[in-house]
Amino acid sequence: MPPVLLIGAVMALLIYISPAPRDETVVLLPGPDGSVGRVVVQRGSERTTLDSPYAASRSGEPVQLSATEVRSEFGPVLAALPPRPTSYVLYFITGQDELTDESKAEMRRLLEELRARPQSDILVIGHTDRVGNERSNDALSLQRAERVKAELLGLGISAGRLRSAGRGEREPLVRTADGVEEPRNRRVEVNVR
Amino acid sequence: MRSIVGLGILAFSVAAFAADVGEVKTASGTAHVEREGARLPVKVGMQVRQSDKLVTGADGAVGVTFLDNTLVSTGPNSTLVIDSYRFDTTTHAGKFDASLTRGSLAVISGKMVKQSPDAMRIRTPSSVLGVRGTEFVVKVADTD
Repeated sequence: MPPVLLIGAVMALLIYISPAPRDETVVLLPGPDGSVGRVVVQRGSERTTLDSPYAASRSGEPVQLSATEVRSEFGPVLAALPPRPTSYVLYFITGQDELTDESKAEMRRLLEELRARPQSDILVIGHTDRVGNERSNDALSLQRAERVKAELLGLGISAGRLRSAGRGEREPLVRTADGVEEPRNRRVEVNVR
Repeated sequence: MRSIVGLGILAFSVAAFAADVGEVKTASGTAHVEREGARLPVKVGMQVRQSDKLVTGADGAVGVTFLDNTLVSTGPNSTLVIDSYRFDTTTHAGKFDASLTRGSLAVISGKMVKQSPDAMRIRTPSSVLGVRGTEFVVKVADTD
């Protein structure tokens, strides 16, 4: 056997028996509104940042894929993704236990979705404005969530599907200075998941 | 007295939910969860816990919605371990570590990544993925 071929054969054997790193693909996808996030792939000492639609890393090498390629390669796993959670926002008439007219209509839409999606579970999240301190707002927001949860229970939604949470003043719809009354921030959000 | 009872109920309800970190929303084909040595068939509505191992067969796929609205699915011939999951519904602080040892995974990150970009990490046999948001897919090829 000529020496060149022999060296080739030995090299091929070495490549064959050495444990090759696994073939892995990571692809960043655009969201429904076209926005993209970022995924950092750390492979040994190499680091690849994916930050544009369908940017991919294949075994550490950056590659650009197309939507069609991603669909054909990842079809089954993408099809298995759970539905995106939907969100409903409810307001009470200031100082009262009653929903505003607009929110009553929103409540009807919420109930329709809950009936149409019997496998969904529900997270009820209370929010406050920035009047009062953080701790009392945490308690108040949870109270608001509990009130809506009780209403949903009363309407026949089973307890096993319902959870509640209080976000206090951390997630205002409208940014304000501390201590400012803002009715639009006193709300209850319902996530159907 | 009333407040003690109230506290007891609160502690109980927190404990009852503490172990459950997600819920199976989609399931098809062969799939099971390995939990504390037991093999549980995957069904829609089943609760997912920390340390669960989700295993799918050649025709299997599973989708899970986690407490913070992170959506995760695995495709056929996949194994995904939920290494750790914590989420505070008030502050949105949390941690989500999972390992994909084979097969495919799709992720739409949730509230905890929005709150702190370092909250979620996915391990594969040769990489660690830092998830800064929001949607991505991963595939680990079979060794043989």
